[in-house]
Amino acid sequence: MSTSEAVQEPQAIPSAVIATKKASPKPLALKEDRIAYLDELVGRARTAAAVFTQYSQEDVDRIVKAIVIAGLEQAQYLARLAVEETRLGVIEDKAVKNMVATEFVYNYIKDKRTVGVIREFPERGIVEVAEPIGVILSLTPITNPTSTVLFKCIMAIKTRNAAIFSPHPNAWRSCSEAVRIMYEAALKHGAPEGVFTCLESHDLEDNNYLMHHKDIRLIDATGGPGVVKAAYSSGKPAMGVGAGNTPVYFEKSADLNMAVVDIITSKTFDNGTVCASEQTVVVDDEIYDAVLKKFAELGAHVCNEKETRQLASTVIDPKTGFMQPMAVGQKATDIARFAGLTVPPKTKLLIAPIQGVGPDYPLSVEKLFPVLAVYRAKSVDDALKVCVDINHAGGLGHTAVVHSRDEEVIRRFSEAINAGRIIVNSPGSVGAFGGVYNDMVPTFSFGCGTAGGNSTTDNVNIYHYLNLKRVARRTPAHMWFRVPNQIYFNLNAVENIGQPASRSTVIVTTPAMEQIGHVDIVRRHLAPQTLVHISIIPDAEPEAQVIAQGVEALNLYKADQIVALGGGSVIDAAKIMKLKYESPDADLEELAAPFMDIRKRVVDYPTEKTRHARLIAISTTSGTGSEVTPFAVLSDKARGVKVTLADYSLTPDVAIVDPQFVMSMPKTLTADTGIDCLTHALEAAVSILSSPYTDSNAMQAIRLVFRYLPIAYEHPENEEARCMMHNAACIAAIAFSNAAVGVNHALAHAFGARFGVTHGRANALLLPHVIAYNAAVPTKFMPSPNQRGYVAHKKYALISDLLGLGGDNTEEKVGNLIAATERLLDQLAIPRSIAELGISQDDFERTMPELVKIAFDDPSWRSNPRMPLVSELVELFWAAYQGRGTSKAAATPQEQMA
Amino acid sequence: MTRTDLCDTNMSDAKTNGVFLKIDGGRVAESLREVLQKLDSPQGEAVLDFTAVRRVDAAAVQALEDLARVTASRSTKIGLRGVNVEIYKVLKLMNLARRFSFVN
Repeated sequence: MSTSEAVQEPQAIPSAVIATKKASPKPLALKEDRIAYLDELVGRARTAAAVFTQYSQEDVDRIVKAIVIAGLEQAQYLARLAVEETRLGVIEDKAVKNMVATEFVYNYIKDKRTVGVIREFPERGIVEVAEPIGVILSLTPITNPTSTVLFKCIMAIKTRNAAIFSPHPNAWRSCSEAVRIMYEAALKHGAPEGVFTCLESHDLEDNNYLMHHKDIRLIDATGGPGVVKAAYSSGKPAMGVGAGNTPVYFEKSADLNMAVVDIITSKTFDNGTVCASEQTVVVDDEIYDAVLKKFAELGAHVCNEKETRQLASTVIDPKTGFMQPMAVGQKATDIARFAGLTVPPKTKLLIAPIQGVGPDYPLSVEKLFPVLAVYRAKSVDDALKVCVDINHAGGLGHTAVVHSRDEEVIRRFSEAINAGRIIVNSPGSVGAFGGVYNDMVPTFSFGCGTAGGNSTTDNVNIYHYLNLKRVARRTPAHMWFRVPNQIYFNLNAVENIGQPASRSTVIVTTPAMEQIGHVDIVRRHLAPQTLVHISIIPDAEPEAQVIAQGVEALNLYKADQIVALGGGSVIDAAKIMKLKYESPDADLEELAAPFMDIRKRVVDYPTEKTRHARLIAISTTSGTGSEVTPFAVLSDKARGVKVTLADYSLTPDVAIVDPQFVMSMPKTLTADTGIDCLTHALEAAVSILSSPYTDSNAMQAIRLVFRYLPIAYEHPENEEARCMMHNAACIAAIAFSNAAVGVNHALAHAFGARFGVTHGRANALLLPHVIAYNAAVPTKFMPSPNQRGYVAHKKYALISDLLGLGGDNTEEKVGNLIAATERLLDQLAIPRSIAELGISQDDFERTMPELVKIAFDDPSWRSNPRMPLVSELVELFWAAYQGRGTSKAAATPQEQMA
Repeated sequence: MTRTDLCDTNMSDAKTNGVFLKIDGGRVAESLREVLQKLDSPQGEAVLDFTAVRRVDAAAVQALEDLARVTASRSTKIGLRGVNVEIYKVLKLMNLARRFSFVN
């Protein structure tokens, strides 16, 4: 026999054992035969739930419709049965509840999918798939007995769950009859056997046992605080929906007639048994008398002080402060009789004025009968505070009502009151059900949120009876490619700065640029009518004071154009000056907040600008590419920190890539900046943010560097080589402006700053080692939704091919690229190791913890293809210390894995 | 369908080793109960072909539970062939999957 291995499942533990082991108070109080009965009940439901998982949406909808019709047909019968048994409420109203629980709920759910794929969000690549829960233990209340059963039966069928009902002991007959009606109808239309069961009799121990039963997957408890607390204490997933204390704010702008009728309708509905019904009405002083008069006209009896005291002592238990059960669901006239009040025979509602909330005002609590407290509010603030008090006196999370035509009052009320349902200009009870007076989801279970000890503030509905599975497809993030508006390149590109003509231009530059005549060249090409001011700054990373002076000059001359002439530091300074000039309130420290994805960053760069100035960047070195990048570094020497700003709004408007400004670069600077350019391109090429757009730039820059950097170094006067290297620097910067850099830069920033080594040289010392590192199988992969697998080694091989370095496989090609890079570094007389710089091993070792910390904190590595471990940063530093020739191309991932 | 339809004609009698029984998709519970009656050998193997079964009801689940219980007490191995995912999931939910092997 060819069989597959049977999958091991956990052994079923007898329920009795569970009951003994779990924290149920007295599970053994149940006799063996009772346990067997309950186990059998759950077992049947479990089978039904398992079988139900095979049903289609069509099967489910057919059964739902059948049971809804059965419930509707028996709405009056069940209402009568409920009132006869519980002696609570009004038959007519209970019939309405039964109809709402069937017809209104059906209207809401009939077209909703609850099987298989239920919702799709194609734009987000997300699909929601329904998974039934299994067996649900449903506890139902005495106040809304049959309607709650009908509602929960429909919910269970619609979601392919089985339900075991445990009704309130004093509503058992009517509830079990409701379950029977629904079950028979469901069975007749194909529902699984055992899909609904109702406990044959009721015992609190049964509930306790079932709440801890291993095959009960969810407890849906509607009832008093005790039952809700028991459900939540069981350790099972539970929805417990209990008591409320609905405050009503009757604000002076309200439609008085409509509001009074709504309140009477709601509070007398089923003799006030709905827990969302109004409990205390807080009325504005200006309309208080008119409101009470209207209540009286429409059949309410307004109690005097003595009557109020009599009423309170009758319907509220003085020991507990809660309502007396004997009053629940009784008629107003009967309650008046209990209290010894004389009221007209057609009295609908007893209104009791109170002066505050709390134990001194017993009627300020929940009263599930037609007794309504009223409070005269001196002001809106007074009214809101009293409503908050009522809300906190047992009504948190439940329901609140406001009658007002003032949107501001409604807003303030909604913010002040903690209630899952805030009903506006409608009855509280019928309004809270949903679907009648408003578009809320129809329900018979009101979630009260965490404040009410519940898991939800929702109107409990079908979605609470489902496990929702989110099928999330890989969605490549939107990529971008942003470059300056205009880039002018090649010899004499500077001629393009004159148009459009500027009225007032500030040239930001260094003393050296002025001395060698570069400033004059720029001036010559500005429009003749332009007022020109020169702002000379030190040739170093800009400091806050330098920026401030620059901004002052811009303000003084009301500049409409800034020309940055210099290396990266000068251009960075001009970028920050422009930012502060255009947006004086910009907080540079805040704008420097770290970020991972430039599109999701926390801080926003200012878009509101008080002034505008065009920034023209003329680079005088061939490395940083600052003329096209969105970055700028500010040095805060007072605090000993560097502030790195990054935002595309910093990108210069115009970049001038004119080789005449780099012809005089010394050899060392040519070498260092050239290798900086190469590092930009190589890191952008393998970055997790790389794209075909950035690849094309990165690859071209790499090709230009390998071809022209040695020439520019050896023959500084070679115009073509200078020009191509200048272009390469700009092109590489375009690539890394959009794809970012990597771990090489993180290490170089730390090392260069600590040992005073120029940025380009620091990059150079690390570069071959980083290529080898990135080409190896990562210890940790970097999350990179835009990449299809790990591709760094393949990218390096591609670069190797582009350079014509040869090699038969990826490993060889990567090795050849490392060797070619090392040869280039040798040609440029870059030291072969950190040791060659004269840094002793002891010094380096002592500094290592600090270096690694700074490198790890550096944001540059976050786009590196390989996520560097701290230990790997240490290894890379030591590899660079030992020097070139020590790094070998690691085996490619595939080969290593093989 | 008669009882003889349960046995593939090429297969040997259920009382010996290597039985192959096709389960009728229209009467799953009855078919399984008939299998139970035929498997009166103390040991052996049987493959129940579920290819024609689209869905199981509570009675079928009960019959599978009975089958699992009886065969477990006899060292009889039952393989289920062609069980669809929906039915497999029912067996998992009922902790029955581990009591059968599944034939591809």
